[in-house]
Amino acid sequence: MREHTATLAPPRALWVPFMLGRPFGVPNDAAFQRKVLLAALRLLEQDSGPVLEDFPEDAPAGKLTPPPESLVCPVSFPKMKTEGTLAERLLDEVAQLQAWHAVAARHRSRTTLGVTGLQLADVANYLSAWLGANPPPPYRSDLSPGEALKHACDELKAFYYEAKSVQPGTHSSESLQNWFWSETAGGVALREIRSAAAKSAEPSIKAVAMQSLIPRAVEGLVLQR
Amino acid sequence: MVRLADLQDADRDNMLKKIPLLPRFTGGHWVRGPKLAARRVAIVSTAGLHTRGDKPFGAGGMDYRVIPGNVSAGDLVMSHMSVNYDRSGFQEDWNVAFPLDRLRELARDKIIGAAAAFHYSFMGAVSPVTNYATKAAELAKLLHDDKVDAVLLSPV
Repeated sequence: MREHTATLAPPRALWVPFMLGRPFGVPNDAAFQRKVLLAALRLLEQDSGPVLEDFPEDAPAGKLTPPPESLVCPVSFPKMKTEGTLAERLLDEVAQLQAWHAVAARHRSRTTLGVTGLQLADVANYLSAWLGANPPPPYRSDLSPGEALKHACDELKAFYYEAKSVQPGTHSSESLQNWFWSETAGGVALREIRSAAAKSAEPSIKAVAMQSLIPRAVEGLVLQR
Repeated sequence: MVRLADLQDADRDNMLKKIPLLPRFTGGHWVRGPKLAARRVAIVSTAGLHTRGDKPFGAGGMDYRVIPGNVSAGDLVMSHMSVNYDRSGFQEDWNVAFPLDRLRELARDKIIGAAAAFHYSFMGAVSPVTNYATKAAELAKLLHDDKVDAVLLSPV
């Protein structure tokens, strides 16, 4: 934020007009990223300061790079089901998305999953247990119950985002967010889990539920409906 | 980063509330160094990044994780506790939040002297920001020991 940096007045700062989460502008545009990086590093050669410089360009485009047309997945992309319990629908959807996620991981030569240390099926099982009467215990001893819940929710969401990224069509940060929270059992499940967690007597769970499970921007959209 | 005007009302209000809590740098912080082409540069991110298998960040954590300079994109994950920023860019291309490929290219092209042997990540958004002082001083010593003389501080 420019306003925050101006208040802090650090010796050298480059303000960039990009969305939160993308300080170097845009994925898969090495030339643009290099330009931003060099603009920041060139501040080291300024003779006096403090200096707060504005990067003069907006990010080239908000769209994520579409997958090549030759990329094929052996199964069709799942639609949200309406029959069955929410836990059943969540596990079914995750199972159906596995093939798409495998294609995405091959296409990108990486995945960002692995924060929890669990296999994705175990993440889904842990979260589906949250939809029952008794919340499950944390899956590792070095995380608080709230932290375990938070990282499992983020891992599930990352799985969905990565799987969706190779579905034909163009995708953006906004389109992925809207799809996940509005059109998937995963999004519905996380909202239900947040409601359950908000009633928890465990402080770490309650704090995560209130602040860290659903983006403020999404809460606004839900409230408006 | 980002314009306040681009944010939705709830995010903008949250950001504005933080401004009165921020400290201000005072005199004595301006230091000149060698030319960029002679600098050894480290990235210090606040994106909650670490190698897969390292302990995830936790609520209110002011500690940092060490990221080896030879880390590959497939080894780096993100466990920031905030939910209010985009992660799809990082999922698509790590350089959008952690521009190590770009830094390596600048070293290859002799625009900087070298990329450091180690890079680091905190999890930002802990308030007040002065709570990081002890760990930041600890990290400064590690950077000094690695002969780093330029640091790219990169938020998300």
